[in-house]
Amino acid sequence: MTEQKSPAKEVWITGIGIVSSLGEGLDAHWDALNAGKINVDDKRFAPYIVHPLAPVTFDAQIPKKGDQRQMEAWQRIGTYAAGLALDSAGVKGNKEILGRMDMIVAAGGGERDIAVDAAILCADAKGNSSPGFLNERLMNDLRPTLFLAQLSNLLAGNIAIVHGVCGTSRTFMGEEAASIDAARIALARIEAGQSDIALVGAAHNGERSDLLVLYEFGDFNLTEKFSPVWQREDRSGFALGSAGCFLVLEAREHAEARGAKPYAKLTKVVADLAQRKQPGAVTKSLEALWPKLGVGDSGTLITGATGVEPVTSDEKAFLRQHPGFAVRATGTIFGHTLETQFPLGLALAALSISRGALFPPNDPTGLEVEKAGSPDQIVVVGAGHWQGEGMALVEAIK
Amino acid sequence: MSAPRDKLGRPIVVVTGMGVVTSLGAGKQDNWAKLTAGESGIRTVTRFPIDGLKTTMAGTVDFVTVDPFSSTGLSERLAEMATGEALEQAAIGAKADFPGPLFLAVAPVEVEWPQRLELGRAVGRTEFGYEDMLRVSGGGRFTAYHRRFMFGSIASHLAETFGTKGSPISLSTACASGATAIQLGVEAIRRGEADAALCVGTDGSVNPEAMVRFSLLSALSTQNDPPQAASRPFSKNRDGFVMAEGAGAMVLESYESAIARGAKILGVVAGCGELTDSFHRTRSSPDGKPIIGCMRKTLADAGLEPEQIDHINAHGTATPENDKMEYNTTAVVFGEHLPKIPVSSNKSMVGHTISAAGAVEAVFSLLTLEHQRIPPTINYEIPDPAILFDVVGNKARDAKVTAVMSNSFGFGGQNASLILTREPV
Repeated sequence: MTEQKSPAKEVWITGIGIVSSLGEGLDAHWDALNAGKINVDDKRFAPYIVHPLAPVTFDAQIPKKGDQRQMEAWQRIGTYAAGLALDSAGVKGNKEILGRMDMIVAAGGGERDIAVDAAILCADAKGNSSPGFLNERLMNDLRPTLFLAQLSNLLAGNIAIVHGVCGTSRTFMGEEAASIDAARIALARIEAGQSDIALVGAAHNGERSDLLVLYEFGDFNLTEKFSPVWQREDRSGFALGSAGCFLVLEAREHAEARGAKPYAKLTKVVADLAQRKQPGAVTKSLEALWPKLGVGDSGTLITGATGVEPVTSDEKAFLRQHPGFAVRATGTIFGHTLETQFPLGLALAALSISRGALFPPNDPTGLEVEKAGSPDQIVVVGAGHWQGEGMALVEAIK
Repeated sequence: MSAPRDKLGRPIVVVTGMGVVTSLGAGKQDNWAKLTAGESGIRTVTRFPIDGLKTTMAGTVDFVTVDPFSSTGLSERLAEMATGEALEQAAIGAKADFPGPLFLAVAPVEVEWPQRLELGRAVGRTEFGYEDMLRVSGGGRFTAYHRRFMFGSIASHLAETFGTKGSPISLSTACASGATAIQLGVEAIRRGEADAALCVGTDGSVNPEAMVRFSLLSALSTQNDPPQAASRPFSKNRDGFVMAEGAGAMVLESYESAIARGAKILGVVAGCGELTDSFHRTRSSPDGKPIIGCMRKTLADAGLEPEQIDHINAHGTATPENDKMEYNTTAVVFGEHLPKIPVSSNKSMVGHTISAAGAVEAVFSLLTLEHQRIPPTINYEIPDPAILFDVVGNKARDAKVTAVMSNSFGFGGQNASLILTREPV
């Protein structure tokens, strides 16, 4: 490049919306984190463990029942969290801003109609499988609008309909990495002046037997007894969690012009895809990303470590290279929320910085240690259960 | 010397490689020959039983097989074929070492019926539910299905095969996905983040449940006989779209980098635009404002006036609503100039390749620029009197084409447009 690029714009986090197994909103989460609260259900899907969504009155953010009926749980969770983020940024109902607000949602897909599936499978097992059998059952039994509640890009669609976020709308897919890339691209666009303000986030309904089946194919589910992610070496696995988390990212000038109060700034998001064929591939990938953040040798780090092996051990090996960092694992507290894990990490980093403290450790293994004082930098790490690695740096605004 | 920039001072984004697979065939040459001859790739579905379905035809890619079959596996193979062709043409980087990121438009992934039935049979009982399936899912018997049905699996495979750099992005904006993949690539190059980007759209999802889903939303044509005549964009007797499979791939590069390595420039992505519709999950705002705004944003992004567009590669799905809305909004944007713009819909021949459509049609738009010949909209026997486009009906038309607008609109209020030109504007 022979021409000078204009300097990157500073990007602020001006809105945060969280709903999870711990409750909804920033105060509820801050209190729960400080109380060391964890909400697991080991009965409903026993022997599988999940972190169920706390009771939520969806009407508060999705006033029309008709809208709620058009959504599956993951879309309601996400649309709700998006509304909280817009409220928190003070842009809710501001048509001028929402009409040009960009959106990147990281999404999986919606829940299947498991009763329809089971009826078809049982009929098949009884030998009832004429050529048109599957077609006829699907034509007769599927709810016509269920498809829209399952389509990945319809979480963004519902956020547009319910909240009026109407600039660009992009849905990234691909499990944990999808939301790392969502944050990375949204940040890059704002830094480069391609966007002024963006809504970024994800939602996950972990209370789904069809998802448990999918992850059971790879033996990824935690069973029998809950334990913190750092304590699962002998019985590895993740406990699926339900959560929605959205952030409003905004160019500093744009935020200042409207008098918005920031939680923190988002300085860097970096990502890579290691081919995990050799032991230690993830350790190497994280080590290669680390210098791009430009942090010193002590600080604070929030990770979305899953508790799945070998990636969690690889990540531990990486963490051992940075002993000056106080670590917190969201997987222990919220379960594994796939696409939502990375935004959740960013949200808790921004929240901790804005509250002037890091929440206490929740880990009997001693990997997580107490950290006093007000953090001015927090590294957020995500290493997907099967692929995708990324990191972000959230900093206090000076 | 300063690098060549567009009117807004950004790096110019050019196309140096293209690949395409549709129901018409594999590769640009075969597709272009059949497209301009007005051939249809739509046929009666033979891949699975069609008993009990309202719609029994589709633009399936039957000449490509994957074993064991899955829609996700087919999508992956189609993407691989189109990408291989694009990279061969671009001759960029080294084998399995593409010097830039991957943006992949892909259908949402889920466990499919053949695999679900296999799992159900593994339970070994005749009355059971998901909790029983869960008990037989683990232990290594179905390990391959975890990877196969991860949303990121196709992008991961392409990234490894072609050596793209960084974290590959899989995306969906429904029927606009292919255009969005190109838009993300353009943005990355304009930011100076990459000198090259690989943008791919793929869709291999003609399977029973996918057809039933669109059928239940009354989106599909039911004019099954003859299948070749089912897709009738802009016709009075159109009654829905025809599902189809395919893939389109493009190598995007900064003009500067393409010139520096002596690459042949196939065309320019002069502008991209996107504007979301918040009216309804499947229907456009009746005033058409989001689509109008999307086209205007695209013109502004390209720095072009409406009069400078001389062909529209329409979204043209042949659903009653889409084609009417597309005409009404295009008429507002282009005004008196509209009658001078030949409009055509590739979907009349290849069907609607859903997640791939934006990429497939961008490739066809560039071939139109290259050959100065516009592929026809076939099955255009009874023009809709309410749609006053200059439709390139039934026979290809030679024309001077310098700038093409390609439109894509999707469920969830997704609207995306691209402007492709032969030369930098």
